[in-house]
Amino acid sequence: MKTLHALTAATGAALMAAPAQAQSIDATINQMFADYTGWYVNLIFADLPGTNFSWIALWLVVGALVFTVYFGAIQIRGFAHSIALVKGDYSDPDDAGEVSHFQALATALSGTVGLGNIAGVAVAVGIGGPGATFWMVIAGLFGMASKFTECTLGVKYRNEYPDGHVSGGPMYYITKGFKERGLPGGRVMAVVFCVFTILGALGGGNMFQSNQAHAQLAGIFGDYPGWITGIVLAVVTFAVIVGGIKSIAQVTEKIVPFMGVFYVVVSLIILAMNYQMIGWAFGQIFMGAFTGLGVVGGFTGALIQGFRRAAFSNEAGIGSAAIAHSAVRTKEPVTEGYVALLEPFIDTVVICTMTALVIVITGVLNVDADTGLYIWNAEAGRISTEGEVSGVALTSAAYARAFSWFPYLLAIAVVLFAFSTMISWSYYGLKAWTYLFGEGKVIETAFKVIFCLFIVIGAAANLGPVIDFSDAMLFSMAIVNIIALYFLMPIVKRELNSYIRRLKSGEIKRFKH
Amino acid sequence: MSKEIFVVAYEGADDSTLLNYAIERARKEDATLHIVHVLEWSPYTFLTPQEVEERHTRRKHEMTRAREAIIEPAIAIATAAGVEATGEMRYGQVVELIAATATAKGAAMIFVGRSGSNSISARVFGSVPLGLAQIAPVPTVIVP
Repeated sequence: MKTLHALTAATGAALMAAPAQAQSIDATINQMFADYTGWYVNLIFADLPGTNFSWIALWLVVGALVFTVYFGAIQIRGFAHSIALVKGDYSDPDDAGEVSHFQALATALSGTVGLGNIAGVAVAVGIGGPGATFWMVIAGLFGMASKFTECTLGVKYRNEYPDGHVSGGPMYYITKGFKERGLPGGRVMAVVFCVFTILGALGGGNMFQSNQAHAQLAGIFGDYPGWITGIVLAVVTFAVIVGGIKSIAQVTEKIVPFMGVFYVVVSLIILAMNYQMIGWAFGQIFMGAFTGLGVVGGFTGALIQGFRRAAFSNEAGIGSAAIAHSAVRTKEPVTEGYVALLEPFIDTVVICTMTALVIVITGVLNVDADTGLYIWNAEAGRISTEGEVSGVALTSAAYARAFSWFPYLLAIAVVLFAFSTMISWSYYGLKAWTYLFGEGKVIETAFKVIFCLFIVIGAAANLGPVIDFSDAMLFSMAIVNIIALYFLMPIVKRELNSYIRRLKSGEIKRFKH
Repeated sequence: MSKEIFVVAYEGADDSTLLNYAIERARKEDATLHIVHVLEWSPYTFLTPQEVEERHTRRKHEMTRAREAIIEPAIAIATAAGVEATGEMRYGQVVELIAATATAKGAAMIFVGRSGSNSISARVFGSVPLGLAQIAPVPTVIVP
């Protein structure tokens, strides 16, 4: 604790004493990153020739499609069983006190529900039009199969230690699974995955979150130095992940799901208030999905945005959820796969669709009264909106049409979602870190302190290229992970077939009816 | 004919009045005691990934502690008083589990302490004795 106080105080003092100098440090770091890593960022987010569709989004969607076909649309035929598992119908009462399937699902969701659902959707609808929602839902539905595959493997190949704790995730299933199948290169791929995970955790799972949390708070309280938000968030995170102060985590854990449910309820109320427009909104979504409704790029414009935002929001195929689920004690790895497939459904199909419907219904997207098509703001490269805003501000404007107080609540929700995402990613990063450097108190604390320092940096600095680089790292995780999933999916199929056979024969008992 | 079983909803050493009373009644009725300690647990609370990972180990520690510090001393007290006793520790909702245990064991009676039933939360959300008064499958004695 003392160490962090000293370090954060030093960071804060430096930023306060010399803002101009800090600015130039920002600029220098930006330049350095842009010079040395820009090519990699451009490579990862590069568009396919002749389109503005990044190949990495296609990589995630094609992976999801392959898993959907290979497992015979497990997300449809296994959906009811997933719900039964989460309800505890198959939980042995003698195992009470262990982590339930519901808790595993809620914990994994707290890492994904966040800015993607609020800001990401607004970006998708803002650029791709209402039709983007349709493609987002389709991509979310396919993504369920990716989560199923990676989380089953996460549990199957985790490490269990004598003291009862477990470590799992893609790095473990890549190493052990490749060895089991006699495939070379498993260890190298696992190390590469871990490097990407650590950098992704520090960037997308940390700096980006604290940066956006500060932007929201500055929007409410007026502009103030970002390092203040950074230090507060870092101290609170430090208290949770290093100090083990459960009360903070418990409060957040109670508020975050509440915020999520509240967000959905408010969305439903707005939809109910405008019930006569729901049919029209769905019409816009379906028509837009295939015609674009005036959006530049038409049908493909809508498709690209929808696929892209879904892939970036629910993290299916990235490998992060496999780390979270592997910590759950279960006798059957496939059960965690079943539970995990609900995550893209809740994250993308339910929550993202709510946001999109509210944006469409409240009419914050400007429509040409004569043609019925959306007005394109060529300068901004998106549909013209009320107040010409985008991202969180567009979602905020849409909800404010119904409830003027909502933007304040949304800002608080964004900060809390950012915090819970950081807590989750600190864990994912830590697991990659311990895979590389070994388990141990000192090694683990070192990563946690570094993680907290990056919170301050993320909130204080305007490090665009650094954040771009870490985002690129996050999606690089998907390159390694999906390649591994292609090689290991026969193992999952074997597990699945065995599980279904035992389920049918009654060997796997249902405890509640 | 086998002896009657009395289930005791036992919170710990603070519940000595309850335990002594149950022992007294069991001796007079020539019954055996089944002492149950329930740790409140909901499968719907939220955990951080770290807590998820630590849960299994924690559960093992909690069960060992409950057995060594609560159940075994209570059984020893009953045995010393000449009453045959068994015990168990369970996770979940206290009222439901005590009632379920009584049914499963074919118990003749439940003994529960009144401790905590005066607190504000007990008045708002209901206490264990009040809950058992509503759902207990067998006669229930509330020991003040």
